[in-house]
This record gives sequence, C-alpha cells and structure tokens, in this order.
Amino acid sequence: MTPPPTAVLEAITTGAFLLVLSIVVPLAGALLAFAAGGRNLEKVALATLPIGLAIAVAIAFTMPSTGTPLVYLLGGWAPPLGVALRADGLSAVMLVIAALVICAIGVFAHADFHTPTGVAEARAPFSFWILLLGIWGALNTVFVGGDLFTLYVALELLTFAAVPLVCLDGRAETLQAALRYLLFALLGSVLYLVGTALLYGAYGTLDIVLLSQRVHAESATLVAASLMTVGLLAKTALFPLHLWLPPAHAGAPPAGSAVLSALVVKGSFFIVIRLWFDVMPAVPGFAATQLLAGLGAAAILFGSVVALRQERLKLLIAYSTLAQIGYLFLTFPLAFASGQLHSGGALSGGMLQAMSHATAKAAMFMSAGLIYAALGHDRIAGLGGIGRVLPMSILAFALGGVALIGVPPGGAYLAKELLLQAAGETEQWWWAIVIQAGGIFTSAYLVLVLAHVLAPVDKPVTLRAHMLRANVPWYQEALALLLALCSLLLGLVHWDAYLLVPQGTRLSLSILETLSSALWPILVGGVLAILLGRWSDWPPRIPLRGLSEAIVGPIRCSALSAGEALERADSILRQWPAAGLFLLALVILLGAAMLLGR
Amino acid sequence: MSAGTVFGLCAAVAVGLGLYGVITNPQPLRKILAFNLIGSGVFTFFGVVAHRGAAAGFGGDPIPQALVITGIVVAFSATALALALLLRLFQAAGSATLRADAPPSAGSDPAKP
Repeated sequence: MTPPPTAVLEAITTGAFLLVLSIVVPLAGALLAFAAGGRNLEKVALATLPIGLAIAVAIAFTMPSTGTPLVYLLGGWAPPLGVALRADGLSAVMLVIAALVICAIGVFAHADFHTPTGVAEARAPFSFWILLLGIWGALNTVFVGGDLFTLYVALELLTFAAVPLVCLDGRAETLQAALRYLLFALLGSVLYLVGTALLYGAYGTLDIVLLSQRVHAESATLVAASLMTVGLLAKTALFPLHLWLPPAHAGAPPAGSAVLSALVVKGSFFIVIRLWFDVMPAVPGFAATQLLAGLGAAAILFGSVVALRQERLKLLIAYSTLAQIGYLFLTFPLAFASGQLHSGGALSGGMLQAMSHATAKAAMFMSAGLIYAALGHDRIAGLGGIGRVLPMSILAFALGGVALIGVPPGGAYLAKELLLQAAGETEQWWWAIVIQAGGIFTSAYLVLVLAHVLAPVDKPVTLRAHMLRANVPWYQEALALLLALCSLLLGLVHWDAYLLVPQGTRLSLSILETLSSALWPILVGGVLAILLGRWSDWPPRIPLRGLSEAIVGPIRCSALSAGEALERADSILRQWPAAGLFLLALVILLGAAMLLGR
Repeated sequence: MSAGTVFGLCAAVAVGLGLYGVITNPQPLRKILAFNLIGSGVFTFFGVVAHRGAAAGFGGDPIPQALVITGIVVAFSATALALALLLRLFQAAGSATLRADAPPSAGSDPAKP
C-alpha cells in the first residue's frame, strides 16, 4: 500500500513567480496571436519574443542569488496534493538557451513567414507563429515542471506543436513525414503514460522530489522506468527509434527544421535526464546506463555514416542530428559511480553538449535554408561556388560545424573535456573512444560539405531565376552566424552557478593546443570523408593523384561497400514494423538490464 | 479474482491488441484506431490504480481520475490532429500510406494516374 504522505518543507521561494510567467507568457502570446489573426498575428508573436527572453534571463539571474532551486506551488498547495514548478541550474540554462534560439528563429522566420501584402491572412504564417509560441511554452513547461504528469502534458503539447511545423508547405511527402512523426511519438507518449500510472500506483505521488525520497528498486519501479525511458527515447529519436526524424527534419521549412532539431528533441531528452538523475538515481544500475550509451554509440556510427552518403544537404544535417543525439546519451554511464547516477561533471558535459548542439544546429539548418533559397536545390554535389554568393551563410555553417567538432572555446569542447574526464575517473575507456569518434565523424561531414562548396567551378553559379541575391535578407545570414558564434563561445561562460564543473576543467586558450585539438579530428575526418563520401569527380583533385588511386582506391572500395551496408540497414530499421518491434524489444531489454545488471 | 485484477487484465489485453495493431497494420487509419485502443487500456489501468488506492479506506482515489480526464483530452486532440493530417495526406497524394520506400508522388504531379 502507499506509504503515508510525508510533510515536505517546501515554500514558494522569492522570484519563483517568474516560473509561472515563463509558461504563461508564450502561451498567452499564442492565444493573443490567434485572436488577433491576420497581419497583427505576427506583430503579437514578435512582441512576445523579447518578453519571454527577458523572463528566462531574469530566472537565470535570480537563481544564483538564492543558491537554491526556485520553487513555485500552484495555488499554494504543497505536493502531494498540489503541483509544484521547480527550476534548478539545468532548468535555468536550458530556459535561456531555448529563449535565445527561439528568438533568433523568430526573427529569422520574419522573412519567410511574412503575410504578403494584399492578403488578409495566409495559412503558413498563421500556423507558424502560433506553433512557434506553443513549442516555446511547452519547452518551458518541460524545463520547470516538477511533476511527472505535468511533464507528460508538456511533452504532448510539445509534440502537437512540433508535428504541424513539419508539413507547413502542405506537400504530400511532408504530410506523410508529419503523420509518421505523430504516430510514432504517440506510441512513445503512451508508454510514458503507463509508466506514470505504475509509479502513482506504487508510491501515491508523481512529484519529482517526493518520488525521489520514496522510490526504491522494486518490480513496478523497474517496469515503469523502462517504459517511460523507452517512450521518451522514441520521442528523442535515439537509434534505432529514429524512423521519423530524417524526413521530418529535412522536409520542414528552414525555421521549422531549426526549431525541431535544436530544441524539440532536447525536450524529451531533458525529461530522461530528470527521470534518471532526479527521480531515481539509484534504480537504473550499471547495465542500463551501458545499454543507453551503447544505443548512443550506434546512433553516432549509423547517423554519421549515413549522413556522409546523403545527396541532399538538409538530409545530411538531419542525419547529423541523429548522431549528435547519440552523443548526448553518453552522459549516462559516465555519470554512474558506486551504484547510482551522480549530477557531476558528466551531467554538466551532457547538458553543455545539448546547448551547443541547439545553437549550432539551428545555425546550420538556417544556412542550409538560405542556400536552398538561393539555389533552388540543396544537392551537395551542386553546391560549388555558393560560397561566393552567400559567404556569410557558408561561414555560419562552417563555424557551427567546427563548434560541434569540439574546438576551444566552444561549448562542445568543454562538454567533451568534461565527458573525457568523467570517463577517466570512472575508468570507462571505451566511451572515451566513442567520444573522440563522434568529433571525428562530425568533422568528416563538415569537410565533405565544405569541399563541395569550395570546389572550383567552371561555369558561374546559376541562381534560381526569380531568386536574386537581394532576396536573401542580410539579417537572416547574420542570425545564422550569430547562433554559430554563440555555440563557439559557450565554453567561455562561467557555468559554476548553474552546472557542476569540476575544478581543473578550464579552457586552455593557448594557440598551440587549440590548433592541435582542432586539427587532428579535422584531418582524420577529412580522410573519412574522402573514403565514405559520394564524390562526383572521384578521385578528388588532390596531389599525388596516381599514388592516391593506387593506395586509397581499394580502401575506398571497401569503405564504400561498408557504408552502403550501413545505409541499407538503416533503411530497414526505418520501416514501421521494425521500429515498432525495436520499441517493444528495448522496453524488455532495458527492464532486464535494470533487473539483472545491478 | 478481485475486480481490480479483472479490470487490470482487460486493460492489458486492450493495450496488447492495440500495440499489435499499431505495429503491424500498414493503414494509418487503423493505426490511429489501434492507438485509441491502447489509450483505452491505459485509462482502464488508471481506474485500477484508483481502485487500489480506495482499498486504504477511502471511497476511491480521485487523483488517477483527474489524470485520466487529462489523458483523455490529450488522446482526443492527438486523434483529431492525426485524422486531420491523414485527410490532408489523402487529398494531396490520392492515397494514404506511411511506407517510406513508396513516397506518394501524385502530389507533385496530379496528372499521373
């Protein structure tokens, strides 16, 4: 039977009203925009952006002064009767990053989703602005929700706002991608819901703090944990549950892809972190963390290799998102020590990686969108010469990629250092290899794209007839560049007030170290790109052509066939029945790992 | 067998049937219906949880009921959204399939049969 509810000494902290505002303002903005309609809708939405950003920044500044998490009790009722909103350091940084990215995307989208003159109301802008604010409100609820059922509602809101973004253009293939996304996400949310029912039945509360005091490793908890985790993995698109991600992220309009790839998948990832680190740090056990990271490693391998074989730029970026999601899940085993998960350096590393991916990937999708707008296509083989037309966008793309490789002073560099340090401390050298491999693969597809962009062209670039240079507004390019720079500078922020960064993990800003840490992944990545990429003019124009053909030729042949095998395996895994069966198999596997591998 | 066990087993059967339908049935409409079947099973399960709470001497635990109402609203909106997408897909493509290897091509070229 459920234990009697223990009294919790929780009260509303000062400044906690900001948490309510962080949810209410975007949602009120969405409602107001809906009511205003037509041309005023966009103005309302754009006016909401700075207010929301100010609230997020205010929360981040209030937190260190009090030193404790912000807590707001809705209606003054303390859990387990009431529902609490809580913001700790993780929430604060995610709130700010989400606000930054949403604001940048909002201004970026001003050019694409502008109601044309002479039209009272257009469908795409009308939907876009409301959906953007809806996603923001849902994300903020995910970050500050203090109750597993609140998180469920937030997760559903996030999915419902994200799915229509995929099919704003109304083409059949994007509609199909949206429907696949919705149906698979619903399967995930049902699993999560069953888990909450089990937890409520076992412990009589869904409040995160109360649950963490009561929870212990019994069968109901293990089943609930594995159901909820796998449900969330389906929404995060961790390999092999990624069938919906590539078509959805590649088919959405640029601003939509940016918000989907940068933020929406982070929402469900954040709930996995909450569940494993805050609700039940002692329940999962060693084997379950290894299983999660194993899936992450497979995601890095499959995502990166298939990304290298793509012909279209947006699909390449979508597959790179898949690999980067895998990278995030390496957090779990590295945070595991002496029987439970610890919120230490590894968790900070994972969150930093999530943040730098959010900013960098948004920048990359924005520049890919601008390239598409200028050329009328995004075939990688046809990108030659675009650097002269859109230098700023290409720079943003390159900087975003470089930031993701993990070059100082980027956030991803600091994340990599933290994760490597945790791998050393917990003596798990195999994850250190995967971490390095992730950086190398990232540089491989960056090199592949840049090599095509910078390739010498014989004839001048043919722009889309009606698409002159002037049609790409300067501020869109500037915003992409700004986000990429933001990702590159994240490592310089003092995170101590929000994330636990162990002493000694400081950025070294010596030029020699910077160069070496940047150069070797790029060099190895370049080799990988040459071996695995699809080159129209093979062999590439490199010195010692004869030698390279004699030596590299056979290696490339086998690498290509390995890549082809991986791509074929990926297309089988992306079949609906296969993904569904994997979903069920993972629930069983994860449950078994938690039960046996303790 | 107590009422809780009977309803719990019914919930499990509904979830199982629904899962089978969602995974194996290729037609999106049937997938949506199967999803609703899973939903019904899960909501019944919430009822069982409320019933177990009632054994402590209360007339019934009200919180799972509140959760179920929210869950039903969410499932309802999910179904509505899925059906709207399905209808649009059918209008745009002339057929409704989720197969990745057979992308609907009629949308871009309506003249094709």
